Amino acid sequence: MNMKLSSDLLNESPACKRTRLSVTQVNLFYGDFQALRNITLEIPECAITAIIGPSGCGKSSFLRIFNRMNDLITGARVEGRVELDDINIYDKSIDVVELRKRVGMVFQKPNPFPMSVFENVAFGPRRHERHGHNLGELEDIVERSLHQAALWDEVKDKLGQSALSLSGGQQQRLCIARVLAVEPEVILMDEPCSALDPVATLKIEELMRSLAENYTIVIVTHNMQQAARVSDMAAFLMMEEDRAGVLVEYGPTSELFTNPKDKRTEDYITGRFG
Amino acid sequence: MEIRTTFHKKLREIQDEVLVMGSMVGKAITFSVKALKERDLDLAHQIISDDLQVNQKRFEIEERCVELIATQQPMASDLRIIIAILNITTEIERIGDYAMGIARIVIMIGDEPPLKPLIDIPRMTEKMTDMLHRGLDAFVKHDANTAREIATEDDDVDNLYDQVFRELLTFMAEDPRTITRATRLIWVAHNLERSADRVTNICERVVYMVTGKMEEIGASKY
Repeated sequence: MNMKLSSDLLNESPACKRTRLSVTQVNLFYGDFQALRNITLEIPECAITAIIGPSGCGKSSFLRIFNRMNDLITGARVEGRVELDDINIYDKSIDVVELRKRVGMVFQKPNPFPMSVFENVAFGPRRHERHGHNLGELEDIVERSLHQAALWDEVKDKLGQSALSLSGGQQQRLCIARVLAVEPEVILMDEPCSALDPVATLKIEELMRSLAENYTIVIVTHNMQQAARVSDMAAFLMMEEDRAGVLVEYGPTSELFTNPKDKRTEDYITGRFG
Repeated sequence: MEIRTTFHKKLREIQDEVLVMGSMVGKAITFSVKALKERDLDLAHQIISDDLQVNQKRFEIEERCVELIATQQPMASDLRIIIAILNITTEIERIGDYAMGIARIVIMIGDEPPLKPLIDIPRMTEKMTDMLHRGLDAFVKHDANTAREIATEDDDVDNLYDQVFRELLTFMAEDPRTITRATRLIWVAHNLERSADRVTNICERVVYMVTGKMEEIGASKY
């Protein structure tokens, strides 16, 4: 299904609207099983794009296409074209480590490393920087990243403490700070709030909105209200009879949730099937 | 498989209440003109006191809609139905106010001798209440095409209003002693004309509910 962005679709979306990620006729296979079929869409920069759909429709698999996380699964194979700024990320010349620096990822459960708050955030810059940062530079990066992740005020006096001592919501924001520390361009979020309470969830959502001013964010969520609250664009995926996920509808969130074009989207978001 | 059965059951119950409210004001309009024709002051007083029930019904419906929005987070067509209901009940409530306005005019007229036999005012009433009932039917059936058609019939009511106005103007020009009585009848006709405009608004809301598009259909010349 072809879902190119038109200027009409993006009229109401904020800020800059260049296409950042582009997916053309993508199929994803796990061995013989086809997990995604013929997906085409364009994701705008500096906006939040939400991927919604019933369990098992391939939302997370789709997200993992953008930083080649599916490469880690034996038998996984991607057909079609996936571009980040017009560069085919599945080209043989692509350095996957470099790609994952540009396309960061936040997971469902907060997964801080068992080290201090400071070391968690400094981990990425230390690893990616070939010539090494001096301590002053690292401190600046850590502070800036924690500020961006709206966590600085809560942890500035305990940077040396174990990250595992933080609350779930703080741990997730720490994970976001860890992603921000390597200065990515795209942030993928796979159900980032599903393990969090409502207040921590709202904090992450607010954080996402402020990050969307500078970053391209793609979020998978099974919480439709969350998708409606935070995203600018929304894509609805569902499974076909052979269990392959297909893109049913893609458009501005304001339209998809008030007046979806496809009856299957309507039926799903109004709870007539699930 | 229908998943949100409880939600959709509650939504249907609210739609039924909208119909009840519509029926209440339809009767109120019809009875207000009956009270005018028959100089029935008791009936006029009854219409005024019954309007409280219409207002009450509107608040009940509104509260139930707010509760559904807050607790069920409706989306897409479900959300549009609730938004349409909130608007439609506001329009119905105003039609109730017009009926009450006519009843007040009836009380004002009291036992003054009739200026002339009423012909076009009952026609306006019949046309307007017919539009109201069919408009609410289109709401229940989610029928945008019928809603559009009904909205254009507002012109018929406007034409009848013109007719009433011209005729009463002639009376006033011929005999200034009729000015007070004629003016009161013009007020009645004006209330009916405005009621039909409200039905047009209801029809626009039905179109929005079904299509998701806000459309202005045949704006009234008044």
